Amino acid sequence: MNTVTLTPKKQSDLYLEVNNITPDMFAGKSTEQIAALPVYVGNTEHPLGEFFTVTGAAGASAAETRIVIKGDSSRLKYIGMKMTAGEIEVEGSADQYVGGWMAGGKIHVQGNVQAFAGVGMRGGELLVDGNAGDYLGAAYRGDWRGMQGGKIYIKGNAGSDLGYFMNGGTIVVDGDVDVFVGTHAEGGTIIIKGNAKSKVGGQMVQGEIYVFGTIDVMLPGYIYRQELEKEVEGMKGKFALFEGDTAERHPKRKGQLQYAKLYLKQ
Amino acid sequence: MTEFLIKNGFVFDPTLKIKGDVADVAIKNGKIVETDAVKKPKVIDASGKTVMAGGLEIHAHIAGPKVNVGRIYRPEDKLFNATAGLKATPTHMNTRMEGGFSIPTTYKTGYNYARLGYTTAMEAAMPPLFARHVHEEMRDTPIIDEGAYPVFGNNWFVLEYIKNREINNTAAYIAWLLEATKGFAIKSVNPGGTEAWGWGLNCLQVTDPVPYFDVTPQEITTGLIEANELLGLPHSLHIHGNNLGNPGNYTTTLDTLKAAEGHKAKNKFHREQVLHHTHIQFHSYGGDKWANFESKARPIMDYVNKHKNITVDVGFVTLDETTTMTADGPFEHHLTELNHLKWANVDVELETAAGVVPYVYSPDIFVCGVQWAIGLEIALLSKDPMRCFITTDHPNAGPFTRYPRILKWLMSQKARDEQIKAFKNSDKVVNGSEIASFDRELTLYEVAAMTRAGPAKALGLSHMYGGLKPGLDADVAVYNFNPEKENSPDEIEKAFSTVQYLFKTGEKIIKDGEIVSNGNKRTLWVHAKVEENPQVMRDIEEKFVKYYTVTKGNYEVHGKHFIPNPLAIEVDAT
Repeated sequence: MNTVTLTPKKQSDLYLEVNNITPDMFAGKSTEQIAALPVYVGNTEHPLGEFFTVTGAAGASAAETRIVIKGDSSRLKYIGMKMTAGEIEVEGSADQYVGGWMAGGKIHVQGNVQAFAGVGMRGGELLVDGNAGDYLGAAYRGDWRGMQGGKIYIKGNAGSDLGYFMNGGTIVVDGDVDVFVGTHAEGGTIIIKGNAKSKVGGQMVQGEIYVFGTIDVMLPGYIYRQELEKEVEGMKGKFALFEGDTAERHPKRKGQLQYAKLYLKQ
Repeated sequence: MTEFLIKNGFVFDPTLKIKGDVADVAIKNGKIVETDAVKKPKVIDASGKTVMAGGLEIHAHIAGPKVNVGRIYRPEDKLFNATAGLKATPTHMNTRMEGGFSIPTTYKTGYNYARLGYTTAMEAAMPPLFARHVHEEMRDTPIIDEGAYPVFGNNWFVLEYIKNREINNTAAYIAWLLEATKGFAIKSVNPGGTEAWGWGLNCLQVTDPVPYFDVTPQEITTGLIEANELLGLPHSLHIHGNNLGNPGNYTTTLDTLKAAEGHKAKNKFHREQVLHHTHIQFHSYGGDKWANFESKARPIMDYVNKHKNITVDVGFVTLDETTTMTADGPFEHHLTELNHLKWANVDVELETAAGVVPYVYSPDIFVCGVQWAIGLEIALLSKDPMRCFITTDHPNAGPFTRYPRILKWLMSQKARDEQIKAFKNSDKVVNGSEIASFDRELTLYEVAAMTRAGPAKALGLSHMYGGLKPGLDADVAVYNFNPEKENSPDEIEKAFSTVQYLFKTGEKIIKDGEIVSNGNKRTLWVHAKVEENPQVMRDIEEKFVKYYTVTKGNYEVHGKHFIPNPLAIEVDAT
């Protein structure tokens, strides 16, 4: 695997939209060609090379390309958008839409990520050492197709509206989460190792949520079913199973109504 | 104004009966003229290219509150397709920011019609109460001439007058409303059914009575036809029949069409039909549930072909993700119950209602495949292309920007076979339709009838639009398409996707595929003069005092703010 290193040389006045920083776009290109790729400041187009020094070499394909972004990326939006393979290492924190609509490959952010990380994600892996903002693994504004597949791992805390309209894949948060978890979800797995506040699984149709800590306020649309033994993310324990959200429609399979499952660790 | 001479193109024009002969088209003072009438024209070399009149959209939802609800509640429709605005990049020197796929911004709507070679479009459903909004959006849609059809089929005045068999009063009210809202024609959407929806009901058959008003859809349709011909409006009654979108609805459609029997067109505009049934694809369904859903395009088109006083437009399903929107409120509720996607619904006091639901016509779903087939069957079964028009009921069955793809399917059996093969349930689609057995491929002459001359005649605008006859408006499209060559399906689609040159009332709008001018768009409306009718005027005053939440003065559409460039079609029914 070849590595391309981007070192910032100038800060943009506005946030910089870098949806072209992906292994897919870099693969097979020389450092000059990479430096010529467009990035966006508002409605104006600039070459990537105006803001970054590009060193190293890209691989022949996306899968053989690794990108390292040095320094502070907290004003970069859309890192790794729609990437299908390869790797991105962000050494600092990143702004919104990291790994948005990504279909494969791996992104590792050593700092924090802002809202809409992994929005509409279909595959691959997004690992964040710090905290995540709101709408992690959610759907784009208005859309009903949130995270479809892949895995998101947040070592810190996450914001509100996590897994909004989630349909597949897995989100793991080591810390706590803010309000609204898995709203409108129709599939997928959300694992919260810390605490949740309220509106957990609102209007959720199918899918699973595990909460290892506490939920401040349970939704009234969830019904307690039973206590059972489960192994989740390498941890064994007793969980109380709730099903819901009974305020929402639910599909039938083999004559049985299918509900979303909310597991609360005992 | 500059004179132009478009030389040596392959010309297709039903008004002149030219079927692809090499000919010249001359433009002077905004009109088509004889080729010897231009002295020092700018010459456009159209050799090896196709020349037609500007296209005419007879039915699309492109302006007004429900379109805007779609824009507002579907930000995802603009995801990844917005372009930068005026002068931001060298390719956008004359265009403003554009965005949206199924519900594009007003500017993008105008530009996209122009890019397809279209120069006129009709907004298919204007709620009279929100006519001002419709006109503001049309004003902000550049290049193309536009008109709007106010909806009448669930209007309280109309329901009451028709119940009492007061056709004169119905006509007088229509004339007043056309002027008050600057409307172009009489639209009727699910007659009676939308009013019934206010009561939690619907009218699925033409004999289902409307609650409280106690009239039937059949009576409403007949009454509106009679009123239309009494006034002698340029267009006929434009109907979206009852029972749209349900398996087995073709019998309701035949019942709706029968309302035209015995009626004859009376007007000075050379219009021959008394009933235009829109997006008839949605009304040509067999079976009695989704599992045995099938095409009934043949019985519908057998009837249409035999009855010269009926015209139809198709409403082709384009197999895209789109946004459905209609004044058929109950239907939109039905749809959201089917696909569980977001639903917007509004009641428009005294007049109509509307609903909006996103919809994905997936090639993996058997019903969508059959719907696709039915649209094509209707066009291919049509014996008179001057009475069957190309539409997608934009954006309901698909965005109008897919017209080139529809042409590909209509003009190439190979393209249809490729699509049939691509369906996930190919066998079921073939079993549920006749499309696989069709070998007809439409000619460009037939296409010109279905998109130009035919709609112009049906709208009563053949004295302005739809052809290249000297005296008509100089709306001319030049496509980079050589009909004498062997063209692959994809070449057909590409050639009709972006016009090479476009002229609108004599002004050059597009050159080499780039928009060079925003033209001088006009708003068409019909000014129908009727005998003074004190009863109707009193009824109008009374309804505004008793029921409307606005005053009449805040209802009517007047002045340059709403219509900077009006074009009134005069009708004298006194």
